[in-house]
Amino acid sequence: MTSVLFDVPGPKARTRHRAMAVVGTLGLLALIAFVLYRFYDSGQFTAKKWEWLQYEAIQIGLLEGYLATLQAFAVAAVGALLFGAVFATARLSDHKFFSAPATAIVEFFRAVPLLIMMFLLYFGFPTIGVKMTPFVVVVISLILYNGSVLAEVFRAGILSLPRGQSEAAYALGMRKTQVMVLVLLPQALRAMLPTIISQLVVLLKDTALGFIITYEELLYYAKNLGGSLEFSRPFVPVTIVVAVMYIATCLLLTWLATYLEKRNRRSSKVAHIDTKKAEETVLVGDSTI
Amino acid sequence: MSVLTNNIDLYLRAFGTTIQLFFFSAIGSLVLGTFLAMLRVSPVPVLRAAATTYVTLLRNTPLTLVFFFFLFAYPLLKILQLEPFPAAAVALTLYTSAFICEVVRSGINTVPVGQAEASRALGLTFSQMLSNVVLPQAVRSVVPPLVSTLIALLKNTTIAAGFSVAEAGSISYSLSEQGEDLLAGLAWVAVFFVVLVIPLTLLQRSLEKRWSVAR
Repeated sequence: MTSVLFDVPGPKARTRHRAMAVVGTLGLLALIAFVLYRFYDSGQFTAKKWEWLQYEAIQIGLLEGYLATLQAFAVAAVGALLFGAVFATARLSDHKFFSAPATAIVEFFRAVPLLIMMFLLYFGFPTIGVKMTPFVVVVISLILYNGSVLAEVFRAGILSLPRGQSEAAYALGMRKTQVMVLVLLPQALRAMLPTIISQLVVLLKDTALGFIITYEELLYYAKNLGGSLEFSRPFVPVTIVVAVMYIATCLLLTWLATYLEKRNRRSSKVAHIDTKKAEETVLVGDSTI
Repeated sequence: MSVLTNNIDLYLRAFGTTIQLFFFSAIGSLVLGTFLAMLRVSPVPVLRAAATTYVTLLRNTPLTLVFFFFLFAYPLLKILQLEPFPAAAVALTLYTSAFICEVVRSGINTVPVGQAEASRALGLTFSQMLSNVVLPQAVRSVVPPLVSTLIALLKNTTIAAGFSVAEAGSISYSLSEQGEDLLAGLAWVAVFFVVLVIPLTLLQRSLEKRWSVAR
């Protein structure tokens, strides 16, 4: 509850709030009851629709799909972080020779929808003789898109550092590369860690797009399983199970982000930079969807 | 170039559908998102909890899975049959509204408490306070991220192509049926998106720059 909008409630307001709470609860219960009734009525609760959960082969299949998702996520996350660091540095370079193409590349890949990128690599590139497996396509597209977003995150992080940091490093006689690699990047990385992790959550969610270009990950397996007539098309139960798996994984990552943020705030090692401002710049620039 | 000129009607039709889909889901998610934000800042704990649960669930679900649900699982529930296009619009609306809710809520939270306290002390009613004091200030910090959420929505509409809606993403399917050069054809789709997205990005940046000074 925001303290901006509402004053401390008096007796009348408290009664009103209680009435709203009752109405709200009833409304929510009605909605949930309706959904459950539809589930029941269309036979989603029958044992036949849930039987598949007991089969070992299916459990292993789900697990393999999940591992394939995680695999794409892990490879793409490492790649995107590297891509981001390199392109952020390039964009901040004093030489137009580096900064201009880096800017163009980052802006381009941020503007192109991820799925179009995947289609381009998967359907378009074979016409010029470059054939890639779905896994490679998914990973490369994820790296290009999320790497570009991360490049902006790093850049905002570096720009938010106090000027004194680089000035002191130059005064100590470091070269430009040293200043960037030894002084600026590590600090920016720490300052932007929460934002970086929330971008990684986006990356994890986007691996599900691989399903459309037949990368055999969790959702792809779910589609086949959901369509199987043997279990009378258990699409609804399968969606629920898969959703739980995705949400749990993403929440775990989000939880990691908040934990790191809290630890960061306590630590005295991190210079007190206005990370809030840097985060705003980035989040405004690239909504993390 | 020939791919584009030979299939110009295909491109126009597909991007027309994309923009329609974008338009409907943008309106829908703005309305639903603002409503959810209202619930999230309301003084009633139950409503707050409900909206928070919704936002947490939707924000951590891949959009593809939301589409998956509405195109494959939802018809089995036999509530109200939806064609692929409205189903895609509903999926996009439900997903994007969670993000819009967060944007609006954090915008309201950036207004200092003193502002509202001062206006209450002056005897403004709730609606006067909202329309004359809080919202004009909140808009400054809401609109730039709102624009980037909408940009993301525009890009996300392409996912509908994977679920049999004939929009920009599905151009590749039509082109491959006709045996056209897919690389050039898809590169044009990408270029169209860059052309659509870059002006919006510039708009958002200029708004942000102008308003961050004023704050």
